[in-house]
Amino acid sequence: MPMLHTVNKSPFERGALESCVRLAIKGSSVLLIEDGIYGATKGTTASDMVENAMKDLDFYVLGSDLKARGVDEGRLIDGITVVDYSGFVKLAVDNDKVQAWL
Amino acid sequence: MSDTKKFLFVNRKAPYGTIYAWESLEVILISAAFEQDVSLVFVDDGVFQIAKGQDTSDLGIKNFSPTYNALGDYDINKIYIEKESLEARGLTVDDLLKLTYEDEDDDWAEKDSIHVVSSAELVEIMDQQDVVLSF
Amino acid sequence: MKFGIQINEGPYTHEASTTALNFVSAAIEAGHEIFRVFFYHDGVNNGTRYTTPPQDDRNIVNAWSELAEKHDIDLVVCVAAAQRRGIVDEGEQERNGKDGNNIAPGFRISGLGQLIEAGIQSDRLVVFGD
Repeated sequence: MPMLHTVNKSPFERGALESCVRLAIKGSSVLLIEDGIYGATKGTTASDMVENAMKDLDFYVLGSDLKARGVDEGRLIDGITVVDYSGFVKLAVDNDKVQAWL
Repeated sequence: MSDTKKFLFVNRKAPYGTIYAWESLEVILISAAFEQDVSLVFVDDGVFQIAKGQDTSDLGIKNFSPTYNALGDYDINKIYIEKESLEARGLTVDDLLKLTYEDEDDDWAEKDSIHVVSSAELVEIMDQQDVVLSF
Repeated sequence: MKFGIQINEGPYTHEASTTALNFVSAAIEAGHEIFRVFFYHDGVNNGTRYTTPPQDDRNIVNAWSELAEKHDIDLVVCVAAAQRRGIVDEGEQERNGKDGNNIAPGFRISGLGQLIEAGIQSDRLVVFGD
């Protein structure tokens, strides 16, 4: 059953994204929100992990949190989809359940 | 639709530094009254919640770890610990509280509630749930 | 679809309540129902009407109250968490002999069972926290 995972922690400070990637079943979706959006950027110490995980998981990032932090969409890892809050709601609907990696 | 759902409580935080572990345990105990199918997962620093030998007497914070022993009496006996999280923290199952329950279907035999599982097994267990509460 | 929402952090230290507010607004706009918003841990601090942010900041407590009134949303503050943190309604004021109360409009104080019930009754439970 597909699951939506939300991650709201920067991968440079906390292990939430790493744990999510380790424990999310293939075919799940991961939405990066709040400070979690830093995990969506390329050329970082975390981007290899994310790019690797993208073979099995679909990655999304909340556009409002990117914009708030001055992160240009051009800095995102290729293949990560930017969504707005209604996209967040749609992801929650389209998956059977939601897990927050707090 | 049946009113019984599979509830999973995911515990990822150490005790005492923040209140999440304690207040999570309060939710878990309340959930028992609703006759749902409850499982607990301890991953990452959450494994420290059920470490043996906790003594908070110097802090003045209540040592709530004995309460985990009561879970078996509430029919909460599916407690999964991620092996990789334990190992990363230099722990084995012997460092954890011994949590048991009496199996009414097996002449009230005392059984372990704690199951140490690999990440791969945990992925499957988490996939089978209906509601995931994270603390 | 019916959503249950759990909020674990107060209004200003963490973004959690703001994200939840935006999520709930978007869900309502998309025609979904919010079965309940349950405030736990420091999340109970979203429920005090004494909140007075500076004029150039948003008032998150009022935003929840207004959303609740407009869309008839059940905002529940956990009683045990609220007692620890001094969030009081009239009933709690009387029961615990306090000299006042501070619950914001549209919020009510109730037990943890309300969270489990939200998990049972909702199609999706979405948790916001730290």
